[in-house]
Amino acid sequence: MSEPRTALGGAAFDGFAEVREIGPLGMITLRAKADVPGLAEAVKAATGCALPAQRRIVTQGGKAAGWMSPDEYLLILPYAETDAALAAIGAALRGQHHLAVAVSDARAVFRVEGTKAAQVLAKLAPVDMARLEPGELRRTRTAQVAAAFWADGEGFTLVCFRSVAGYVMGLLSHSAQAGSELS
Amino acid sequence: MSTRLSRGGRLIDRSATCRFTFNGRSMTGHPGDTLASALLANDQLLVGRSFKYHRARGLVASGAEEPNGLVNMGSGGRFEPNQRVTTTELFEGLEAASQNHWPSLEFDVGVVNNAVARFLPAGFYYKTFMFPRPFWKHVFEPVIRQSAGLGKAPKDRDADRYEHAYAFCDLLVAGGGVAGLQAALIAGRAGARVILLEQAAHWGGRAPVDGDVIDGKPAGQWVDEALQALAKMENVTTRARCMVAGVYDHGYVLAEEKIADHTPGDGRPKKRLWRIRAGRILAATGALERPLSFAGNDVPGVMLAGAMRDYVVNHAISPGDRTVVVTNNDDAYRTAIALKEAGLEIACVIDARAIVSGALPAKARAMGIRVEAGRAVVKVKGGKRVTGVAMGLQAGEGAVLEEIACDAVAMSGGWSPVVHLWSHCGGKLIWDEAQAHFRPDATRPPTNQDGAPMVHAAGAANGALRGDAALADGARVGLEAAQALGLTPTAASPTAEVPEEAAMEAVWIMPQGAGPQLRMKMWLDFQNDVKVSDVQLAAREGYESVEHTKRYTTLGMATDQGKLSNINGLAVLAKSLNAGIPQVGTTTFRPPYTPVTFGALAGESRGEIFQPLRRTPMHGWHEAQGAYMEPVGLWRRPYCYPRGNESHEAAVRREVLNTRNGVGLLDASTLGKIIVKGPDAGRFLDMLYTNVMSSLPVGKCRYGLMCNEQGFLSDDGVVARIDEDTWLCHTTSGGADRIHAWMEDWLQCEWWDWQVYTANVTEQYAQVAVVGPKARLVLEKLGGMDVSKETLPFMQWADGTLGGFPVRIYRISFSGELSYEIAVPASHGAAFWEACVAAGAEFGAMPYGTEALHVLRAEKGFIMIGDETDGTVIPQDLNLGWAISKKKADYLGKRGQERTYLASPDRWKLAGFETLDGSVIPDGAYILAPGFNANAQRNTQGRVTSTYFSPTLGRGICMGLIRGGLDRIGEEVEFNTTSGGTVKARVVDPVFYDKDGEKQNV
Amino acid sequence: MLILECPYCGVKAEETELSPGYEAHLKRYGPGSSDEEFEAYMFARKNPKGVHFERWRHVYGCGKWFLAARDTATLEVFGTYPAQSKEPPADLVAKIKARRPAWEGYK
Repeated sequence: MSEPRTALGGAAFDGFAEVREIGPLGMITLRAKADVPGLAEAVKAATGCALPAQRRIVTQGGKAAGWMSPDEYLLILPYAETDAALAAIGAALRGQHHLAVAVSDARAVFRVEGTKAAQVLAKLAPVDMARLEPGELRRTRTAQVAAAFWADGEGFTLVCFRSVAGYVMGLLSHSAQAGSELS
Repeated sequence: MSTRLSRGGRLIDRSATCRFTFNGRSMTGHPGDTLASALLANDQLLVGRSFKYHRARGLVASGAEEPNGLVNMGSGGRFEPNQRVTTTELFEGLEAASQNHWPSLEFDVGVVNNAVARFLPAGFYYKTFMFPRPFWKHVFEPVIRQSAGLGKAPKDRDADRYEHAYAFCDLLVAGGGVAGLQAALIAGRAGARVILLEQAAHWGGRAPVDGDVIDGKPAGQWVDEALQALAKMENVTTRARCMVAGVYDHGYVLAEEKIADHTPGDGRPKKRLWRIRAGRILAATGALERPLSFAGNDVPGVMLAGAMRDYVVNHAISPGDRTVVVTNNDDAYRTAIALKEAGLEIACVIDARAIVSGALPAKARAMGIRVEAGRAVVKVKGGKRVTGVAMGLQAGEGAVLEEIACDAVAMSGGWSPVVHLWSHCGGKLIWDEAQAHFRPDATRPPTNQDGAPMVHAAGAANGALRGDAALADGARVGLEAAQALGLTPTAASPTAEVPEEAAMEAVWIMPQGAGPQLRMKMWLDFQNDVKVSDVQLAAREGYESVEHTKRYTTLGMATDQGKLSNINGLAVLAKSLNAGIPQVGTTTFRPPYTPVTFGALAGESRGEIFQPLRRTPMHGWHEAQGAYMEPVGLWRRPYCYPRGNESHEAAVRREVLNTRNGVGLLDASTLGKIIVKGPDAGRFLDMLYTNVMSSLPVGKCRYGLMCNEQGFLSDDGVVARIDEDTWLCHTTSGGADRIHAWMEDWLQCEWWDWQVYTANVTEQYAQVAVVGPKARLVLEKLGGMDVSKETLPFMQWADGTLGGFPVRIYRISFSGELSYEIAVPASHGAAFWEACVAAGAEFGAMPYGTEALHVLRAEKGFIMIGDETDGTVIPQDLNLGWAISKKKADYLGKRGQERTYLASPDRWKLAGFETLDGSVIPDGAYILAPGFNANAQRNTQGRVTSTYFSPTLGRGICMGLIRGGLDRIGEEVEFNTTSGGTVKARVVDPVFYDKDGEKQNV
Repeated sequence: MLILECPYCGVKAEETELSPGYEAHLKRYGPGSSDEEFEAYMFARKNPKGVHFERWRHVYGCGKWFLAARDTATLEVFGTYPAQSKEPPADLVAKIKARRPAWEGYK
């Protein structure tokens, strides 16, 4: 089998902030209510992370567990581990009402880095970046498409749909152009 | 003449020079000049022609209210019309050209309109151009188009970049004059997140120009110190060159920042649109001076007194050697004093008030300035330039007492608060009799999401006109706003030393008894040529509403949006109606405050990122093959893959025939894919689809229809049962997000106790349809799975590997051929597609596009959502009754379909059509019925829904809706054609090819 | 442009992150209902100048539907609450009555 290809093959742009496509990352959409027995353990087993609280993302090494809605979580892990993790979650939650599906290939993931990285997102998303807390996963839109992002290290990680990866790369590059700093 | 004084000019840098051109003439100015001040320094007083009469127009104002000074700026990709010279900063290389004149600014043939002005009264256009009708098209419109217009439309693509930015704050302060600065200081010190925006390039508003002294310091110094203090506060952001354009619901504010307007081509964005969400908004937007309505008040050289003061103090401009000041208030004396102090001559101050007693007049008199009380300007003399004024009694009818030679006139009719931001969201105004203006009524503010006041007005914008009052009001309102935000601010009480002023006196017409001849030359709206006589005529003709009068006379409809003309106009209207000004009221203040350029509104949405284009994993391959792409929703899909010089039509025929006779490959990745899982998933799908999905065995596929609650067909697709409690629903390409939202709506809002989860996995998979008699050979060549009819029969699915790729294969067909739809993870989509192309090569496999897909399905009579449906079609209309469960007690749309009119035999139902001559019926054609309707149009009995040339059958095929549907088979009917004729067709079964479905079931 | 707080994720979402779903607390009439009932369910919508209950979906956020009580004239928002509510919460009703004494109730 071929190597998995990300939507943009790792495109990058350097402006007042650095933008690059990363991945492929393994991603699982896990739908279950927070009180489902075994849920926290299953998430821990898959990602090494605790079950995230409302609007939080817990990161641990290269893995993460994010709160997407009261009954939806996004699990992030190495691409190659997705199938095994899905199987393990299925086994752990057998008999419990839940839905776990791979969405690794349905997403594109970007890093926006630099001391002014927040300004890039402030041009695209109706989000008060100054009030975005560490470990907060914000689902919103960037210009005309859905996106989710969180602060991580010296910058942000942004997830969007794969089909609009080129559009989002265009948005991020436009917004990161040197000379267009907000301050 | 106007010229540059040898000394002074607080904003200009005399050590540097900027070269620029106006109408091709080379001129120079200094950094710090506006284009307006630089033009005045070069004695270029004449800047344009008025809209209707093409009268010569000079600068009237010094800021955003300027009605005349609009120019075409720049060239090529940086050409912009309607740029206001008073708010345009001068830069090296600036090119400007005046507008609305032909053939030249100095000589304009349109000025003949001026000579016949008495025949162009209010409502002239409405009255004249109605009849005779043909005259409009052939006479009036060409003439008007030739001579009218405000600037040229840009022809080239905009060379600049624009962007949006979001910002959030507790308090947004609009206006960087002393009131705004003081309010920002108080709120900032109290810890509020403050954004302070100033539309101009410099801060301080009028106070530094007027020579106010604050806390013992010159106002300019106080402003600098305030800015320094604000800069030290991390919670405060200040931005100059940023105009607050509008206030909207719930504290939403739009502001346009000019970034590189004055530094074109420096790589920065030209403009940025700020989308701000503010807890509270403090409007410290100042006030605008009103003109006085005297005959000839539009002659170049007549200027607002405050503007003239700006030019003298800020830019060291002499507006003329000898100036007459005409006023109804004390403030205008500041202009007389400033001019005198600059060494210029004041011929006279003509004051309409009978008694002139304030400190400023006293100072003027002490400086030797002649002051005439109770006097009026009867008439300004001169055409392209003021040569003098005729003075008479304000209380009189226009008898001239004296003619005074002068080359400039400074007028002041008092000041009106800029209440726009207060009013945008419904803040109410009260009439202030003493100052003769509307100002914000603090008891009736616009309110926010909590029902609390959203906007606070402060300073001159709140009617506190004098420098000391404005400063105190800024402090008071800043404190109030900070408290409203739940903070505990500390009061501040800076003191300003400002001369006492005597009361102004409202003057709406000068002189008050002026007759018709004079009133016809009193301009209210300088750009649109609306005069006192026009408003009076409108009142006589029965216009009572100020909104109607505005539209009838065009008063206030020019690009300045009535900033100068509104109050004067409605005062004239009120007087004509014998009503009070507050009873007549104002027109509605709507955003933007001054025009916002389209580029800023569009922001990043241009070119490649104008809108999101959705691309499948194979998109790059399609483009590399030269596929002709078409939009399908936001997706771009190959329409066909032309080879060499092949036409699209020929390519489609080739693709269809190759698929029918060999094997074709289709990128079907855009097909919607939604997982539905849970103990109640079957029950849920039985409600969603018109047929039964709960009974579908694991491993099998079933075609299903979804309807809305009215019963109209909304989407269709094949459902696969994955396991005991999991189904995968395919939707149309355009329908995935909509149907997913539809599912979630019912699950969350109606059946929230049902245990069902959904996930839209459309983009997780690339999907390749391998279609045609040789399809199985291609899959076998790829290898890895048994794809025989026995193991994987029609309407089943299986997981496995093909060519080393993890796949799920669905034996479903939208073409009537042997067909495998193969899903692979999207990250492998491109590689898998390439593998299919390679494996198919020896079997003649070719990719086919959406048009071939359409032809293939139409040959089979398969419906397409959006072609055969339009939101008014029920499945029964499409002969899809077989896909509707009769047993189910309920499904979405069932009750709607039970409405009696939907069972009418008169409904148009699906049938096939073949022209007798084999031609293709045009898209959108109707089936004609005997007779004509009430509009003398042919009656109709049906219409085309899909029409194609069928390469398989060698003739046109058509699906359509016809009254009676399949009962009409065998009849001949007539369709209209695009050329106005008709074409005969026979009603046939809509399945044109392989009626028994033998080809797909092999 | 409105701001509504999503009761599920706590985000004060602006209108561009939401999609509207019109009147809330409709009762569905399916098969067996009279023409009048069905007509009212499909087509008869309140259009008050004043207090109104609406459906909104946090479409660019958590994807959840929620309900909002809002004054259509002043745009004052009295509150938001989960879509899984047969009727507005009592405390919200009390709050609206306090703010709008003349209001006749949500039905």
